[in-house]
Amino acid sequence: MIRIANGQGFWGDWLEAPVRLVDEGPIDFLVLDYLAEVTMSILQKQRQEDPNLGYARDFPPLIGRLADKLKQRNIKVIANAGGVNPAACALAVLKAAPGLKVAVVHGDDVFDRLDTFLAAGYEMRDMDTGEPLTSIRSRILSANAYIGAFPLAKALDTGADVVIAGRSTDTALTLAPMVHRFGWKSDDWDKLAAGTIAGHIIECGAQCSGGNCQVDWENIPDMANVGYPIIEAEPDGSFTVTKHEVAGGRVHSDTVKEQLLYELGDPKRYLTPDCTADFTTVHLEDTAPNRVRVSGIKGGPRPPTLKLSISYTDGWKAIGTLVYSWPQALPKARAADRIVRQRLETLGLHYDEIYTEFFGVNACNGPAAPPNPDPPEVQLRIGVRGKNRKAVDRFTRELIPLVLNGPPGATGFGEGRPPVREIVAYWSALIPREEIETRVEVIS
Amino acid sequence: MKVPLSAIAHTRSGDKGDTSNIGVIALRPEHYPIILREVTPERVKAYFGDLVKGEVERFELPNLGAINLLLHGALGGGGTVSLRVDAQGKTYGASLLRMEIEDA
Repeated sequence: MIRIANGQGFWGDWLEAPVRLVDEGPIDFLVLDYLAEVTMSILQKQRQEDPNLGYARDFPPLIGRLADKLKQRNIKVIANAGGVNPAACALAVLKAAPGLKVAVVHGDDVFDRLDTFLAAGYEMRDMDTGEPLTSIRSRILSANAYIGAFPLAKALDTGADVVIAGRSTDTALTLAPMVHRFGWKSDDWDKLAAGTIAGHIIECGAQCSGGNCQVDWENIPDMANVGYPIIEAEPDGSFTVTKHEVAGGRVHSDTVKEQLLYELGDPKRYLTPDCTADFTTVHLEDTAPNRVRVSGIKGGPRPPTLKLSISYTDGWKAIGTLVYSWPQALPKARAADRIVRQRLETLGLHYDEIYTEFFGVNACNGPAAPPNPDPPEVQLRIGVRGKNRKAVDRFTRELIPLVLNGPPGATGFGEGRPPVREIVAYWSALIPREEIETRVEVIS
Repeated sequence: MKVPLSAIAHTRSGDKGDTSNIGVIALRPEHYPIILREVTPERVKAYFGDLVKGEVERFELPNLGAINLLLHGALGGGGTVSLRVDAQGKTYGASLLRMEIEDA
């Protein structure tokens, strides 16, 4: 049996979580998932400004903080902290923790190969809209192929203490130690599916161990010290989800079920670079407090293609708010919204979209919200987006004047004009997997 | 008797691009057939009205006593493009718990 813990569900997750996982009990592998779809584009912008950046900057100091314990207890770290610059990330890790052996997985970054792909006839059409990549070619910021567990397992095979990848899938981080330690083959579909689903369960950190759980949420113990999840994996593909005993939170079939359903598509066809996992074969059993045993998982062959994650600029947006107080808070906020729209129209400004929400009334739930006929206050939130930056900028100057020249009772303008932000949109496409070759580099 | 869905189920929701998914999970095994009968794609689409521009798809996971709903065109363009406060569909699941169902 091996213990695989996840201490980071996204870049920005709780800084203490990985340290607690190391300090509060036994683990063999610490995985850290830093990348979301938007993260790659942010990192790409950082690398454009400084060629030594473009990775998750929280990661090197964390490894510096943990280095002695990792070495003493032979805990291996696997992280997709490399972002768009895994090599620079590795150097920063070595600087923070000079005694460690670091392995870097290269090959996911295809930014410089897009024109070659286009010339070879790959249209890389968007998986949602079907449009060809040529329609956004000049605005692309980053392009990476999702890579699976086998390149990461190969990096672990080198004996590295820390494995750094770029755009690996979230689930591959957890599956890789199983492939490495149990010697699973690339067509052991059921086992690979089991390790993939284990990865899905823990990839969002505490979201499977009490965080964001609806069932009995008020009574989940000690959430201030919530325990991040640990997989106890067996060579046959079965596993137990648990947490360190001293940590807070709860691991139960309710918390695990919620996370199994999180961001799921067709449950029978969960596609990864490693296999096709079937979520309708998962069997859960509460075997003891904070222990859920998972078994019975079936899988099928991996797809012939890999998914590309491509980010591109797509215009500008700004979102501003004002607060209207009782009485008649909602009618006043509605009137203010109409006035702003009329003034923009008079100025001849047009947008791809103007969108208004009334916080306290309908922002989260829309028409499904419980009725709230006379709220004590309402926050008006108006957003615009469009290709013309000047038009978006002008919108940000039309909101605050309402405090003096609109309906009575407006406040909450303390932060001034809202910022104009560039929209970085996301494009997903497929490429034959043979086009992507990965390579492991060991640095110490 | 008419009850809110929260009497028999819990949920979690999230995003994939401009599609939001809602996992609806039976609190007890006997609640699963009621969920199958009551929480149909048509009713869910009608419940959210203008918020959901596209179709609603439903998948069944009898092993977990759960269904997975995909709400297409439900996030104002999705991710970084969306102007909505809940651009990631985090609250759709909780919102669905108010839907009235027949519990027998």
